[in-house]
Amino acid sequence: MSTESQRHVPPSVKGVDRDQDMSEHSLAIEARNVDFYYGNLQVLFDISLLVPERSVTALIGPSGCGKSTFLRTLNRMNDLIDDTRVSGKILIEQQDINSDDVDVVLLRKHVGMVFQKSTPFPKSIFDNVAYGPRIAGEKNKTYLADLVESCLKQAALWDEVKGRLTDSAMALSGGQQQRLCIARTLATTPRIILMDEPASALDPASTSRIEDLIGELCSQYTIVIVTHNMQQASRVSHRTAFFFEGRLIEFGPTTQIFTNPAEKKTEDYITGRFG
Amino acid sequence: MSADSVAAPKITFTPGADNRVRRRLLWSNLVRQACRIAVYSAIVVLLVLLSVVFWLSIGWLDAQFLQSGTSRLAERAGIKAGLWGSFWLILLTAVISLPIGVGAAVYLEEYASDNRLTRTIKTNLANLAGVPSIVYGMLGLAAFVKMFGLFGGLRSGLQLNLGLLVVPLPFGKTVISGALTMSLLILPIVIIAAQESLRAVPRSIRIASLALGATRWQTVWRQVLPAALPGIATGAILAISRAIGETAPLLMAGAVSMARIYPGGIESPMDLLDPSKVGAAPFSAYTTMPTAIYEYIKIPEEEFAHVAAAGIVVLMIVLTVFNAAAVVIRMRAAKKVKW
Ligand SMILES: Nc1ncnc2c1ncn2[C@@H]1O[C@H](COP(=O)(O)OP(=O)(O)OP(=O)(O)O)[C@@H](O)[C@H]1O
Ligand SMILES: [Mg+2]
Repeated sequence: MSTESQRHVPPSVKGVDRDQDMSEHSLAIEARNVDFYYGNLQVLFDISLLVPERSVTALIGPSGCGKSTFLRTLNRMNDLIDDTRVSGKILIEQQDINSDDVDVVLLRKHVGMVFQKSTPFPKSIFDNVAYGPRIAGEKNKTYLADLVESCLKQAALWDEVKGRLTDSAMALSGGQQQRLCIARTLATTPRIILMDEPASALDPASTSRIEDLIGELCSQYTIVIVTHNMQQASRVSHRTAFFFEGRLIEFGPTTQIFTNPAEKKTEDYITGRFG
Repeated sequence: MSADSVAAPKITFTPGADNRVRRRLLWSNLVRQACRIAVYSAIVVLLVLLSVVFWLSIGWLDAQFLQSGTSRLAERAGIKAGLWGSFWLILLTAVISLPIGVGAAVYLEEYASDNRLTRTIKTNLANLAGVPSIVYGMLGLAAFVKMFGLFGGLRSGLQLNLGLLVVPLPFGKTVISGALTMSLLILPIVIIAAQESLRAVPRSIRIASLALGATRWQTVWRQVLPAALPGIATGAILAISRAIGETAPLLMAGAVSMARIYPGGIESPMDLLDPSKVGAAPFSAYTTMPTAIYEYIKIPEEEFAHVAAAGIVVLMIVLTVFNAAAVVIRMRAAKKVKW
C-alpha cells in the first residue's frame, strides 16, 4: 500500500492556495440531488456538490462519466440538446436556475463557458472579444476598446495580438485561440467560469499559461474546470470532485483527494490504475 | 535463419512486359481522355451556338433595336420594352422571394424543432423545385391574375386606392402577377440553397455565441447569417438568373407579347424619379426579354431570325452582367467573414 508520504502532489500554481480556509466564502453553486437524462438514458445520478465563490473546483473522472454533462447543467447548455431532462435543484447564488422565470440568456451571461475545442468566431480578434458586451447592448467605443484590452491582458494574450486586433481570429494558433476564447468569456463579466478541458489540445507551454491564468482569475471568479490531467487538477484547484459512471464518488479539498482519498476508486483513478 | 539470407525480389518502375500493369495504365489514360472530350465537346457546342447567334445579330443589334419596343415590323422591332419589363419583373421577384426564402430557411434550420411537420416540409421542398414551370404558370394565372374570380372578372374587378398605389383586384396580367408567379417558382431553389449554406456553418459557432449570453436571433443575425451569406447569395443569384430566362410560366400568367408596353410608362432611368410612375409600374401590363424573343422567333419572315438573335445577345449580356455583379457581391460578403 502506498502511504501519504510516498504520494507526490505537485505544487499549486501562483494564486491558488490549496489550504485556504473557504468557510467564510458564500456559496456560488449548490447542486442538490441532480439527475440527468438524455432521452431515457440516465447519465447523472443524485449529484450533490457545493462550490464556494472565488475558488477553483476540478472535476475529474474517466471518459464518459458525465463531467461535461454536469458542467453544462450549470449554465443550461444542455437545453440546446433535444430531449434532455434534469431533476433535482441547481442553485447559483441562491437562485434556482431551472425555475420558470429564469432567462437563460442572463444566466449564461453570468455563468460563462470555455470549451475544449476553441471556437473563435470568423471575425476579427477585437470583434471576438467585444461580442459579448455588444450583444448585451454596449455601444460606447472607448469603453469597448478598454474592455477588450483589459480582457486580453487578463487572458495573457495582449502582448501577442496588440498590433493586429483587426486580423482574423482564425489566424491565431490553437493556444492563442483558446486564450482568446477565455478573454471573450471574461468580457461578459461573468461571476462563474466553466471550463471543459480547456487545455487538452494545447502544448505544454500554452497549457501552463492557462494554468497560471486560472490562478490569477480565481481571486475574482468562481471557476469549475473539467480535466483529464491529474497534475493539472492538483495544481490549479482548491477542491476536486471525482465522478465515476454518473455518480459523484468523492468530493473534497484537492490536497486530501490526492494524498489521502477516502474511496478506493478515487485512489485507483488518480494513481492511474484505470480510466 | 537470419532475414538477409532471403534476397528481396528486384523492383522495377517501368511497366515493361507486365500486361496487368499496362492494362491498368491504359484504362486510366482512356478515362482521362474521355473526360477531356466531354469538357471540350460541351464547350465547342456552346461556342458554335454563340457564334451563330452573334453572326445573325450583326447589323441588327444597334441603337434603334435597343430603343424600340416590340413590333411586327422588322425595322421597327426592338428589345426596350422587354428590358424594362424584365427589370420590373426581376426587381419585384427578388424583393418578394429573397426575404421569404431566406426567412423560411432560417426558420427551418435555426428554430423549427425536428418533428414530422418540418421533416415533411423539408423533403417536399426538393419536390417543389422539380415541378415543371408551366404548372406554376397555371397556378399564377388562377391565383394572381384571376384571383379565382373572387373579385369578379379581369375587366370588372375592383380598384384599391392606396394613395400612390392603385391596386387592381384581381391583379390581372400585370407585373405583380408575374413576379408573384416567379417567386413561387424560385422560392424552393432559394430556400434549399439558403438551408445548405446555413447548415454549413459549424454548430460550435452557434453554441459559443449562445454560451456568451446571445439570444437565438442575435446568434442568427450576427454569426450564422454573415457566415452563410456568400452561399445564400450564390443560390439567390442562380435562382434569379433562372427567373430572368424563364418564359413558359409568364406566357400563362400574363406577359403581353406584341406590344410597346413600358410598366408605369417608364422608358428611361430619368422616369424612375417620378413616384407616381414607379408606383404604377407593378400594376402595369408588361412584356419581358425572353417573351419578346419567343415572339420574334415565331414570326416566319427571315428578318426576324436576326431580330431574335439580337434579342438573345442582349439577354445574354444582361445575364452575364448580372452574374458578374453577383460574383463581386459574394466576394465582398466573403471578405467580411474572417475565416
Ligand atoms: N448529446 C448526447 N446525447 C446522448 N447521450 C450523450 C450525449 N452527450 C453525452 N452523452 C452520454 O452521456 C454520458 C456522459 O457524457 P459526458 O460527455 O458528460 O462525459 P465526460 O465525462 O465529459 O466524458 P469525456 O471525459 O470523454 O469528455 C456518456 O455516456 C455519453 O455517451
Ligand atoms: Mg467531456
